[in-house]
Amino acid sequence: MGIFDKFKQGLKKTTQLLNTDIRDLFKSEGRLVDDEFLDQLFERLIKTDMGVRSAQETVDTVRTAFRGRVVQLSEVLEEFKKKLKALMAQPAEPIRFAAGGPTVIMVCGVNGCGKTTTIAKLAKLFSDSGKKVVLGAADTFRAAAVEQLTVWAGRLGAEIVTGDQGSDPASVAHRAVAKALEIGADVCIVDTAGRLQTQHNLMQELSKIHRVIGKQIPEAPHEVILVLDATTGQNGISQAQHFTEAVRCTGIILAKLDGTAKGGVVVAIRQSVGLPVKYVGVGEQADDLALFEPDPFVDALFDEVGRKK
Amino acid sequence: MFESLQESLGSALRSLRGRGKLTEANMREGLRSVQTALLEADVSFQAVKDFMARVSEQAVGETVLRSLNPTQQLVGIVHQELINLMGPVDHSLHLKPPLSILMLCGLQGSGKTTTCGKLGRMLIERGKKPMLVAADLQRPAAITQLEVLGQNIGIPVHAEYESKDPVAVCRRAVDAAKKAEVDVVILDTAGRLHVDEELMQQLSTIERRVQPDQVYFVVDSMTGQDAVNSAQAFNEALELDGVILTKLDGDARGGAALSVKAVTGVPIKFIGTGEHLDSLEEFHPDRMAGRILGMGDILSLVEQAQEKFDREEMQAQEERLRKGEFTLDDFRKQLKQIKKLGPMQKVLSMLPGMGQMQDLMANMDAEGDMRRLGGVIDSMTPDEKRNPKLIDQSRRRRIAAGSGVEPHEVNELVKQYDGMADIMKRMAGLGMRDRMKAVQQLSQQAAANPMGRLGVKKQGTGKRLTPKERAKLKKEREKELRKRKRDKKDKK
Repeated sequence: MGIFDKFKQGLKKTTQLLNTDIRDLFKSEGRLVDDEFLDQLFERLIKTDMGVRSAQETVDTVRTAFRGRVVQLSEVLEEFKKKLKALMAQPAEPIRFAAGGPTVIMVCGVNGCGKTTTIAKLAKLFSDSGKKVVLGAADTFRAAAVEQLTVWAGRLGAEIVTGDQGSDPASVAHRAVAKALEIGADVCIVDTAGRLQTQHNLMQELSKIHRVIGKQIPEAPHEVILVLDATTGQNGISQAQHFTEAVRCTGIILAKLDGTAKGGVVVAIRQSVGLPVKYVGVGEQADDLALFEPDPFVDALFDEVGRKK
Repeated sequence: MFESLQESLGSALRSLRGRGKLTEANMREGLRSVQTALLEADVSFQAVKDFMARVSEQAVGETVLRSLNPTQQLVGIVHQELINLMGPVDHSLHLKPPLSILMLCGLQGSGKTTTCGKLGRMLIERGKKPMLVAADLQRPAAITQLEVLGQNIGIPVHAEYESKDPVAVCRRAVDAAKKAEVDVVILDTAGRLHVDEELMQQLSTIERRVQPDQVYFVVDSMTGQDAVNSAQAFNEALELDGVILTKLDGDARGGAALSVKAVTGVPIKFIGTGEHLDSLEEFHPDRMAGRILGMGDILSLVEQAQEKFDREEMQAQEERLRKGEFTLDDFRKQLKQIKKLGPMQKVLSMLPGMGQMQDLMANMDAEGDMRRLGGVIDSMTPDEKRNPKLIDQSRRRRIAAGSGVEPHEVNELVKQYDGMADIMKRMAGLGMRDRMKAVQQLSQQAAANPMGRLGVKKQGTGKRLTPKERAKLKKEREKELRKRKRDKKDKK
């Protein structure tokens, strides 16, 4: 499985780090679960960005299950996995395509989280599976954002609808959808300008784009993707909340997972907002996008630890 | 900015407040909430641990427990330690003639190119002649982006669309800068992952060949625990001279500021507080620490106010205030002055205790409201502005039509003005410090009663009379009626 391997590769650094960390905690003959042990465990969990609450819960589980006992690594690992899988349990959900006509996907996120690159990757994914793609460059705010997407469209051979810098992004979105309908495209991906979730006016602008898209195709946009930088800390929760409020996000794409950041904040987001992760970005190339699968995600984190026991 | 950390720390310390005496046990609980607050703010685990150790060392000791006001002392310690952790700072760019080279580096999407434009603008304001260099050859259209920014602020940009080698581009740019009349060169390098050895190598090559005077690490304030790893890797590869923290205008708790400083020891120079090119401010740890603890960022506000308020206008208003005059005209002028300070939410966030207010404000369009208020006042005649009591139903209708609002909104404005005038008159006699206190009181009132308007003192409606007066009026009315009856009879 090519995609799965790539996914694992991206996570390898995470896994390696976790491996060494956890093996440090467990001596070969097992060790006593005491406050010091739990504190160390807490530290490891905090470092994944999964949030104080999740980390505390996990530590509490370990505490009640193993307190005062000498444990084997595998025992605690099982408890870990169970907990994490339960937290992240969700159907592997790729893009839901419209029954007929073009599927409209709106992509939003904060500044610099990797929206445009992610759109390029999505476009590549769709055109590789034989779908006709139209891109809407509705980031009319940032200098050269339109050019950036145009370069990608050229590379991928996708249609692109653009507007002048400073023009109304909703009109670009409208024309993009019209274009998709006109040429009978399968997918229309609308890029939006990055905005911080606290900027009320800009969030309203986003809602307007969302509304305008729905004017030509009533159930559109079929997917609203929030792109989340894997290095983001607890602010990711606020991002998920505010963007979901404004445009009813349907899922997350976790970008930049190829660094040392663990993207653990999606655990916290899953807990508080319930948004599922759909894909993960694992590199800078157009095909560095992998489907997010929670069980392998958790397994990939702990796989080798279990084997090497 | 830092709002949320401020709130959680505030509540952590509030739980310490109100208890007559600190015991080791309840302090530990408070310190534990401080720790949770810091962790939730994305401060790196190690930094939190060190911070907590230092605070507890000083706090749990006898000195605190025996002192007269232990709570204040604990707040003091936390505050001081936060300052220690984030400071000291050094805002200087260390420019030296004839040519200084600044280099920006960081992860993808941290805001390097935008910061490049902001720095350029700042340098122009300081009378320098900067040049931007597009050394990001990775991201599509990054060069175009920098060129557009350069055009907007009127700075030359060195761009080579064909080149594939950023090292060569930087070298040629510096050569070109020496020939042109330029005294600062800013290199905008491509974003890269700190684990990408090849690209990190390239970065050190640029540093070796071009020998920049200052290397700044640009970091997103929303970064989580990973901030430590990237900062450390960049610091090892490049020997950073400063950090620029971006996107602080959101609600990120900005723990990255604490962690990056703790792990690299490199000072934070500037903070990015908006998408526009003038939103680059100097970093002040004391102010930031003050904000974190709910003490507000009065200093920044005062500084900005001094910069942007019209001094003469202010003095004239002061004079009138002292006399106890505060007309709608003054109100209008104040609105204009406040507007100059920047977005309302930003201004509010700098006031102490306004953290919660900001949340309430989130769903209000403060700027729009202010614009509308201005419009309403502009639609009044000078007489009406001077004496709003003149405004009757017909005048109200005219004003509403003139400013495109509903008549009742005119009424609301007049009511708000009444409240405002009252406060202004009360404040007129006070000094700066007392005035701040009054504003704080006001904000607390507002926070407790979010939906309420500015407190307007209830006044008599003019119709509530004493029984005696009522009786007298009744008599008069009856007299009048009798008189009319008589008149009617006479006519017949």
